Amino acid sequence: MTTERKGKGTIFLRKEFCKGCAYCIETCPTHCLEFSEEFNEKGYHFPVLARPEKCTGCDICGMFCPDFAIFGITWKKMDKLQAQKNEGGKVESRS
Amino acid sequence: MSEKDMKETYEGAGVSPQDQADNPVDRILRQERMPHIWCPGCGIGTTVNCFARALEKLNIDLDNLAVVSGIGCTGRVAGYLKVDSFHTTHGRAIPFATGLKLANPKMKVVVYSGDGDLTAIGGNHLIHAARRNLDITVILVNNFTYGMTGGQYAPTTPFGSIQTTMPYGMYEHQFNIPKLVAAAGAVYVARWTVYQVAHLTRAMTEAIAKKGFSLVEVMSPCPTLYLRRNRLGEGIDEVKRFKEWAVRKDGADVNDVGISRDKPLIIGKFVDIERDEYIDLMNRQLSKKLGDRYTLYGVENGEV
Ligand SMILES: Cc1ncc(C[n+]2csc(CCOP(=O)(O)OP(=O)(O)O)c2C)c(N)n1
Ligand code: SF4
Ligand code: SF4
Ligand code: SF4
Ligand SMILES: [Mg+2]
Repeated sequence: MTTERKGKGTIFLRKEFCKGCAYCIETCPTHCLEFSEEFNEKGYHFPVLARPEKCTGCDICGMFCPDFAIFGITWKKMDKLQAQKNEGGKVESRS
Repeated sequence: MSEKDMKETYEGAGVSPQDQADNPVDRILRQERMPHIWCPGCGIGTTVNCFARALEKLNIDLDNLAVVSGIGCTGRVAGYLKVDSFHTTHGRAIPFATGLKLANPKMKVVVYSGDGDLTAIGGNHLIHAARRNLDITVILVNNFTYGMTGGQYAPTTPFGSIQTTMPYGMYEHQFNIPKLVAAAGAVYVARWTVYQVAHLTRAMTEAIAKKGFSLVEVMSPCPTLYLRRNRLGEGIDEVKRFKEWAVRKDGADVNDVGISRDKPLIIGKFVDIERDEYIDLMNRQLSKKLGDRYTLYGVENGEV
């Protein structure tokens, strides 16, 4: 499964953990997140990557999220992790 | 939720869950206890993110780290961390940590608790740990209130703020926490808000690495029992307010860093000094008096 890589990075989200506090949306330096139209099971709107071309994978959203629901990562780092995985080596921690 | 379930609930742009990277905070969380109890927009979780990243930066052996909390919303932190963690009685995190450190001097011991727990019921322990300059780190989450018990006023509640036990507005003087612990003898004292995540992470790293008694005061929003009662909006409103309200003054005179909602909130590193540490002092004195009859305690390579 692949998608077009529009920006330098992307986000991962566990939407059921999100409590809709907007920390990530308001602190993202490139303003690339927006609230979903949809609700999660608890009834909160969660962030969506509305402008993927602007995401740098800086993980500011991950630093702020009080619910451990989101984090950002660069495609470069993702590729490195993938390469390590393909080599069968131990995957080191992300940062 | 099991660790596996939790991991699989991450969704990313076109990347299957098995191929994902980890969120660094996940490594130190007890996944099975998530999601946590903190309210939407509570800042405590943000401090935990910074703590996880600080540990990662320090590259600490997690088997050699203990986190001790008292009681309160912040007191829940210990129970969520996948390290040796202790949820002690109200106000007694520091005495518990003192015993832990003295019994295991090689351990890094971090006390993670709230303003009420550490400065009200536990205030005496706080000043004496600083006086002794015991090598522990205190992460003090100051949300201006007793969150867990329904928003009673704390020794930190700013003048004029409404609390259940201050219905006409706070009229008592507050503790100036950096001044309190600096006067008692702390060797590292800093204050940041949850808005300055990178600085906060660095301060936590420095405090943990510092030998002696270190304290980081973290200003954090309690939307449910402090902000809303004072018509100050939601958590994110306070986070954005911190950006405007906080003024960084490293090395500021601790006499000038008392908090008022009408004055700039002074943040930064206020104290970073050297002072003999408790176990070193004990070793020095007992070796002097007892000579060969005394074996240095908790010391590697004969270094005191
Ligand atoms: C001996 C004792 N007295 C009182 C209480 C009730 N109590 C529980 S938490 C708390 C205050 C916590 O305030 P703080 O440390 O600021 O934590 P917060 O919830 O704001 O994070 C109090 C008074 C208790 N649990 N035990
Ligand atoms: S990783 Fe950075 S740029 Fe991307 S959404 Fe998060 S904060 Fe914004
Ligand atoms: S910071 Fe976390 S909990 Fe808050 S809206 Fe973003 S993902 Fe949801
Ligand atoms: S009551 Fe306040 S401090 Fe406690 S979890 Fe809710 S917002 Fe956080
Ligand atoms: Mg409190």
